[in-house]
Amino acid sequence: MLAMNYRGPYRVRPDFNKPYPELLHPGDAIVRVTRSCICGSDLHLYHGLVPDTRVGMTFGHEFTGVVEAVGSEVQRLKPGDHVLVPFNIACGVCPFCTQGLFGNCHESNPEATAVGGIFGYSHTAGGYDGGQAEYVRVPYADIGPEIIPAGMDPDDAVLLTDVFPTGYQAAEMGGIRKGDTVVVFGAGPVGIMAAKSAWLFGAGRVIVIDHLEYRLDFVRTYAQCEAYNFRSLGDPVLFIKKTTDYFGADVCIDAVGCEAAGSAMQTITGRKMLLQAGSATALHWAINSVKKGGIVSIVGVYGPTGNLIPIGNVVNKGITIRANQASVKRLLPKLIDHVMSGRVKPSDIITHRIPLEEVADAYQIFSSKLDGCIKPVLIPPSANA
Amino acid sequence: MEDQNNQFAHIKGWGIDADPENDPTYPMKRYNGDDHKRLSYQAPPPQPLSVEVLHSNERPSVSAVFGTSVPPSGLSGKIRRYAFNYSEGSFGHWIPLLLADRVNVVEGIVDDLKQGHVPNIFAEWGWKAEWKHSPTRLIGKVVLCTVATAALIALCSGKKKGKKAVKAMLPRR
Repeated sequence: MLAMNYRGPYRVRPDFNKPYPELLHPGDAIVRVTRSCICGSDLHLYHGLVPDTRVGMTFGHEFTGVVEAVGSEVQRLKPGDHVLVPFNIACGVCPFCTQGLFGNCHESNPEATAVGGIFGYSHTAGGYDGGQAEYVRVPYADIGPEIIPAGMDPDDAVLLTDVFPTGYQAAEMGGIRKGDTVVVFGAGPVGIMAAKSAWLFGAGRVIVIDHLEYRLDFVRTYAQCEAYNFRSLGDPVLFIKKTTDYFGADVCIDAVGCEAAGSAMQTITGRKMLLQAGSATALHWAINSVKKGGIVSIVGVYGPTGNLIPIGNVVNKGITIRANQASVKRLLPKLIDHVMSGRVKPSDIITHRIPLEEVADAYQIFSSKLDGCIKPVLIPPSANA
Repeated sequence: MEDQNNQFAHIKGWGIDADPENDPTYPMKRYNGDDHKRLSYQAPPPQPLSVEVLHSNERPSVSAVFGTSVPPSGLSGKIRRYAFNYSEGSFGHWIPLLLADRVNVVEGIVDDLKQGHVPNIFAEWGWKAEWKHSPTRLIGKVVLCTVATAALIALCSGKKKGKKAVKAMLPRR
């Protein structure tokens, strides 16, 4: 079958001879992929920043597909069902899953205890091949996958596997109160959805900070918010302070993670020399921009080693930090309702639909922010089989 | 409240999920005390171990299911096995893994060549897309690489010449 094949930092290719996945556990399903996005966090793998990313692996944790086969214990799904598959691999019975922490499952990742299993996200996240392929193995098929409701646009469905839930949870973890000023660092797909979601929680003002003008233009319209380029602001922290009567924002969201631009010191030590787990510029700004007693919500992805952040300011300001991988399964009922009712249309952020055969070009376009790219979707040749 | 609803009437769904009960400082949204019964939960049946799977030393064994994407092998595999002697809180775990990833890249090229496949590194970089959408950037990269390579060659050959010259000046014994 055809699948994306990682060859090393900045090098991927289509592999036309990858063996078909097999049912390896009675709870497994095999899914024929119909849509598969490249996520901003896939770029951390693509850039070689995530430890234990092995050559030959297939990435992809945002996908939809049709169930082709199920294991002997699968009861909820049957062949032919068109499903959206949350990026978390979750058993549903461990103490974390039963309490809604589906992103922190204890029975899906042998290689690391700090993160649950994730499709196509290195061996640090369980060593599963991902959905940038024609077919994919889906463990715990009775727990994660959700049958796509009749009438839902498949492009909306694929964005319910990660992007919208992650942006929404960023806002939820911010504990937004009606009238709050919310600052979102990053106008990538997750930042855009976080800005959109902040209004659902009753934010009084939503401000997005980034440096790519085309993305700022998009988020200004799509999320009906203020958007500023930090390169023209000079010091974004000072700007936030001034625009909030020198108090600071009520809630700051880091939707950038380990590849943030904006600080030479962070970029050199984090992204070039790997002396820290990526560049923590956005988190730095979030901590310094939030008000005393405010909340910093982190959904940007960082590596496992460690980062330079102003922890002294966290203590002195009495900041609450909330962070997690999105618990997609917990959020799906609410988010499906938002999509079906027309309150949110996630698929508006899709800018590129690219055949899976051209996966190397797709990664280059997304990584280098070429051609006004916000969200690329890969379409496997078997999507309409 | 009515004022706010009017103020944000242009935003679909404004405030629909506002929840005064949402306590963002407590992440377990469905608290049921199960984390205190952690030794007695019924884990799913285990996936048979068909390939070598490394597991964190912060857990007693592998999880009930796991990925089998790329089992450890070769020199990179040896480094990875070494790394898993250390806990996730240790640089002894992560730095060797990053090293193994880089070694694995070379192993990947060797494997390709062994199978008679010469990897098209330019295509794997996605140069076609870059040429189409940002030719000046690509040209800049090529120029930079050419200059850097030329400088490196000049530096190396300069050093060799220098050594030869020094040798020639040394008195013969």
